[in-house]
Amino acid sequence: MKTLLHTVNKSPFDNGTLQACLKFARRGSAVLLIEDGVYAAARDTAVSKQVQEALKSVSIYALKPDVEARGMQDRVMDGVRLVDYEGFVDLVAQHKAVQSWV
Amino acid sequence: MKFSILVNEGPYTHEASDAAFQFVKAALAKGHEIYRVFFYHDGVNNGTRLTVPPQDDRNIVKRWSELAAQHKLDLVVCIAAAQRRGLMDKSEAKRNGKDADNIAPGFRISGLGQLIEAGIQADRLVVFGA
Amino acid sequence: MSEENAGGVAKKFLYVNRKAPYGTIYALESLEVVLIGAAFEQDVSLAFLDDGVYQLLKGQDTKGLEVKNFSPTFGALEDYDVTKLYVEEEALQARGLSAADLVVPVEVVSAQRMAEIMAGQDVILNF
Repeated sequence: MKTLLHTVNKSPFDNGTLQACLKFARRGSAVLLIEDGVYAAARDTAVSKQVQEALKSVSIYALKPDVEARGMQDRVMDGVRLVDYEGFVDLVAQHKAVQSWV
Repeated sequence: MKFSILVNEGPYTHEASDAAFQFVKAALAKGHEIYRVFFYHDGVNNGTRLTVPPQDDRNIVKRWSELAAQHKLDLVVCIAAAQRRGLMDKSEAKRNGKDADNIAPGFRISGLGQLIEAGIQADRLVVFGA
Repeated sequence: MSEENAGGVAKKFLYVNRKAPYGTIYALESLEVVLIGAAFEQDVSLAFLDDGVYQLLKGQDTKGLEVKNFSPTFGALEDYDVTKLYVEEEALQARGLSAADLVVPVEVVSAQRMAEIMAGQDVILNF
């Protein structure tokens, strides 16, 4: 695959990192939410609309162990796919390079 | 595939070291090769053998050492960052006139060139940070 | 365009800078990687986004803080053949800055162009 994998590890409510990522993530690339970044995967939040809009051009994933650790497993919006660490590894392998928004 | 990993934060304060560890474990389980794990900024603190974490929680330093031994991983701590933060091996301690060393088993101290080389030699480089 | 080196074709390395100087060490220590990395003859670019643009601001005077002023080091990058410095346009504008306020010549790029530059890299380092 010729597109990048972006990772976001910050909560979207506390920090502009998710917004920065979505600004630079090109159509067809993938965004993986990890660590506190998984909060962006939740339904019915102040950023859900922006995330849903982004789903029209990029694939969005959330790291399941981080989602579960935070008790967010029943709140993930449709369209965001959960992956485990092996899935994270696969995503890295499948994409050209990784841009870690830290 | 060959992966190189960069860990920019120390144990416990940020999730970075945990995330990197789980990623490395998963990559190995899938049959990939880990070319190098490079520790920079406060990440060098993952390499101190002096931590005594609570018994009921994970021992971050120890499990890096154990994983390294099990899979012959190359865990490299950046010398410049280590010097700033007081992470020493025996020869560094001697060279700098320090009365102690604290590096954990399985880690080695080396230059930033090892990070660049890790990026050149691997198929993918993944950064874990703050 | 790629350059041959002893090991093969040079990889495209991008250093992404998003953090302001002095408040944290990331700006200084990432520059240290750039300097060491220059010896490896890869195809190096630096990107400055968000607060990273503040790293390049002229007139940094750190005497009162008693910390090292490392902004002159950006001027030395040219000697290391590190000449591709990209600054994101909106990041400058949002901070009331222009290229004239920066210590070195840079290429100011749109978000779209910056995204293209990122997408073309082999190795992306973030600090």
